[in-house]
This record gives sequence, structure tokens and C-alpha cells, in this order.
Amino acid sequence: MSNGKVITAEQLTKRFGDFVAVDHISFDVMKGEIFGFLGANGAGKTTAMRMLCGLSLPTSGKATVAGFDVFKENEKIKKSIGYMSQKFSLYEDLTVKENMEFYGGIYHKSDKFIKEKTTFILNELHLTKEGNKLVKSLPLGWKQKLAFSVAIFHEPEIVFLDEPTGGVDPVTRREFWNMIYQAADRGITVFVTTHYMDEAEYCSRVSIMVDGRIEALDTPSQLKKTYEAASMDEVFLRLARKAVRAAD
Amino acid sequence: MRTLKFLLRKEFRQIFRDPSILRLILIMPVIQLLILPWAADYEIKNIKLAVVDLDHSEYSRQLINKITSSGYFILTDYSSSYEQSLGKIEHDKADLVLQIPGHFEKELVKEDEAKLFIAVNAINGVKANLGAAYLRTIIQDYNSEIRTEWIQFPRFSAETHIEVTYSNWFNPLMNYKYFMVPGILVILLTMVGTNLTAINIVKEKEIGTIEQINVTPIKKYHFILGKLIPFWLFGLFVLTIGLSIARLVYGIIPSGSFITIYVFAALYLLAVLGLGLLISTYSANQQQAMLLSFFLMMIFILLGGLYTSIDSMPEWAKWITRFNPVSYFIEVMRMVVLKGSTLSDIKYQLLVMGGFAVFFNGWAIISYRKRG
Repeated sequence: MSNGKVITAEQLTKRFGDFVAVDHISFDVMKGEIFGFLGANGAGKTTAMRMLCGLSLPTSGKATVAGFDVFKENEKIKKSIGYMSQKFSLYEDLTVKENMEFYGGIYHKSDKFIKEKTTFILNELHLTKEGNKLVKSLPLGWKQKLAFSVAIFHEPEIVFLDEPTGGVDPVTRREFWNMIYQAADRGITVFVTTHYMDEAEYCSRVSIMVDGRIEALDTPSQLKKTYEAASMDEVFLRLARKAVRAAD
Repeated sequence: MRTLKFLLRKEFRQIFRDPSILRLILIMPVIQLLILPWAADYEIKNIKLAVVDLDHSEYSRQLINKITSSGYFILTDYSSSYEQSLGKIEHDKADLVLQIPGHFEKELVKEDEAKLFIAVNAINGVKANLGAAYLRTIIQDYNSEIRTEWIQFPRFSAETHIEVTYSNWFNPLMNYKYFMVPGILVILLTMVGTNLTAINIVKEKEIGTIEQINVTPIKKYHFILGKLIPFWLFGLFVLTIGLSIARLVYGIIPSGSFITIYVFAALYLLAVLGLGLLISTYSANQQQAMLLSFFLMMIFILLGGLYTSIDSMPEWAKWITRFNPVSYFIEVMRMVVLKGSTLSDIKYQLLVMGGFAVFFNGWAIISYRKRG
């Protein structure tokens, strides 16, 4: 992790047959950063993220996550990261506490750690009363916040969030981003994909993917300057219009 | 080990929270074992017989009497016209036609020889063939009866007389329940092992939790063991229910030891659980898993030796049955329940089943990937 880089990618590529989903992307993510990963549907964001998480084997290029190589050390990477997928993926037929116990347990955390952390999170989320309720009985916004808490339950170095706020109301989104800030303050690096341009403004740095390539990468304010745009929305539209690939 | 503990705790919580799976595990074996053995019976009764009596003699009446009093036949038609009886077959009112020719009595007495004619409705082949065989036995019986009646003297009959008597070893009363109940139990275990495991894992794929599992440091074999162990225990539980029903309802007490049955079943469950696992790795959703396991289940059941005898299958079908785990378990069940075979008698089957277990699980572990 030289120079505080926790993720490095060099010419990272993923092909599915003739289709190049991710086309030679290169970038670095610094420790404690909130790194926004933007792009239209089908631009290749999720595929890129899945390669970094060790869920998908890259076709070519180089990448390290938490100092480990994505080709050879993908199982080591998994100990250092948290992941929250597009699909809601807590167990709906387990209670809030049981989900935390399960994910804490499979990351080899001690019973004491699990117990303390569970109490702490439930307090933070004001869910103390709901601890023994089945997850399926909770409203979507709560589930999303819960899923994020579970993704960082084991205190990973990096957390990957794939469109975490899809379908969530503005108030909850705001609260969700507060949680992201708190995590970043504790030193957890956040790698987040999103479609909401107001969320892009909250990120330390933003990369915009078009047709599998990274077209722009900078801080939100610098991007707006470069593209002479009033908002990130404008920056995104200007770049995304260049796309030739059909959205999925 | 600690990881496995958390995985197992989660699985059991989920299973016990899902009433439909519990119901399936508890009620399915009870219902199937209470109903199926009574319906799936090889003994053919109620064969519809049409008699064409062109003789109307004392002897023809005696013969018909003997046939109808056997209990296997129902006389549905009695006429003097073969065409009419054939019509009965065409309208499915008769399975068999027995034609007694004119001069039957006369020829039997004078010429010492008479001919009968049997026509068979072969649409239900098993019923017709067995019916015809029963009929032949009865007629032969009748034949020897009248012969002993006639030839009191001299004691040397002109006809050489060979009679075959049977002794049904291992199942002296030819009770088909002894045959069917253990077989149905085997099918039940196979379904619990294969279907439930496959569906359980595919469900995690569908709701996306498997991806969450795949980004954790859980080892492949931990995850797989966490899935197999609960259903392995459920399989043994179903076996226990089944053996209890066999004993309480049908009075079936294995001649061999329960240990032999459980040892083989434990190994057998490993094999079918591996198959379920394999199905799940090749299915993206629950429908696919269901269809695939139904397809295999049909082959397993029909080529398993439960409803049809493997010995009478064509050579190529016999080859297929050698790759069918169900056929080995049915064989072992019958050996242990009826013959009292011991572990050393079923060494070969144990070995083959071990091979199946290694093959299915090995294949499943290789094809289950945490990374696409």
C-alpha cells in the first residue's frame, strides 16, 4: 500500500466473447477516499467492481486491492473488503441480529466483538427494538442502511457499494450518505457506484465510465471546471451522450 | 470449524423458519408410505373375462366354474359368439376371451384331447399376460383333475405328468408390501436429498445472497458442508419415520440389522446430496433446478428396479441401471429387509455408492466457483 493507495488498476480489461465490458481502465484509489464510480447502465461499472472484489476474473491488465493481486490473491482480498451488491442481499428470513451474527462469524470475529458491534450498530441506526425482527418485515430504506452496516461489520479496509441507494427516498439517502462519511472518517475507503448526480458531488473523486472506458477522473469541482458545467449532472450528460453502446 | 458452526446455525434457523419445507419433510413420507403401497400392487385381480361357450356341456360349465371361483377373474360376458366377445374387448369390457369350441366335451372324452382358445387384450400388457398365465394354470389344473378322476385304473397313466410346485424364498407369502415399502422409502430419501438441496442452494442464487457469500473469505468446502449436513440429517430423519411406518403399519421388521440400513443410507445420502449440489451449480433458478431433478428422478425411478424388474430389461437398459444410485439402494433394502444381509454382503454396493458420492461431490465442488 505504497503512497496510501488501496486500489490500483492498470489497463484492467474484461471481455465476454467479442464484447469488451471493461476496456483498459487505469486508476488509483487513496486510503480513506470516497471514490465515485459513475456511468450509464451497461457502461461496465458493475463488471469493474466485481473484478476488484474477486467475483470475476479479469481478462487482462493488472490490479491490486488492499495490496493483494486480483488474479492470484483474490481470497486474501476478500478478508479486507466489504461488499454491498445492487440486489438486496441480507437474509430476509433471519432477524437483524442473526444476520449480523452470521456475517461477523464468517469473518472470524469473536463472540464478544459480534455482541458489542451489534449493540453499537443497532443504537446508531435506532433499531434497538427491531433487533429480533425478521429483516423482511423492515422498510426498504432501513434494509439498505442495515445492509451497509453489515457490509462494514467486520471493519474492512475498503467497502464496495454497488448502487446502494437505488429506490430509496431522499431523506434516507441523505442519512445513508452520512453513514458513508462516518465510515470514511474511520479510515474505511469507500468505492461507490451511483446514478444520482447529487451523490457524485459528495465524493472525494469521481470517475465517469462510458462504453467500458474511463472518460474522466477528477474531483467534482475540477470536473465541473474542465467541462464548463454548472453541475455534475451536466458533466455526466455531456460525457454519457458520447456512448454508442446500448443501455442494458 | 467456527465458520461451519455459523453456517450450520444459519441453515437450521432458515429451515425451521420455513413451514413448507418442514411440512414436506414430515408429511411427504407419511402420506406416500401410507397410500402408495396399497395402490402399487403387482398382484393382478379383477381381470375381466369373456367366455365364448360353443359347447354348453357339463365339462365346459365345470371349467368356467373353476375359473370364476379362483377369485382373479370377473365373468363379464358369456355368449356363443366369438364376434360378440371380441366386441367386448374392443369396448374395453373384457381383458381376455376364452373360447370353448363345440364338441369340447366329446373330444375330451373320446379323443382324450381338446383345444381351447385364449384371446388377449394386449393394451394393458402386464394385466393381459399375467391373466393369460393364470388362466393357463387353472386350465392345466382342471385338466389334471379330470384326468385323475378318469384314470383311477390303471394306475399308470398314459400321460407323463410333471407338476411344478413353488416355494417363495425370502418372502414366503409373496407380500408385495415387503417389496414396495422399502422401495418407496428409497425414492423418498432420493427426493429429500436431491430436490431439497438443489432448491435450497439455487434459492440463494436467486435472491443474490450467494454473491454476498462469495465476497467473504468462506472456503468453498465450508459452504458446501454447511449445505449438505442439514439435509443429510433430514434424510436420516425421513428414513427413521419411514422405517417406523413400515413397522407399525405394515408389520415389516427387517430380517437384517438396522445398522446395516443406516450405514448404507448415510453413504447413499452423501451421493444424492452431491447430485443435488451438482444440479444447483448448473441451474440459475428454482424452475431449472426442479425440471432437471424431475428429469433425473423419472429415469431413476423407472430404471431403479422398483416398478419394473431390472433382470427383464434389455441389455442397454441394464447398463443404465448400473449408473443409477437408486437401483443399488433398492437392491440393498430388499437384501437387508427380506434376506437379512449384513454389511459384508453389501460390500460391493457400499463400494459403488462411495464411488457415486466421491464422483458427484467432486464434480460439484469443481464446478462450483466463487469467481466467474
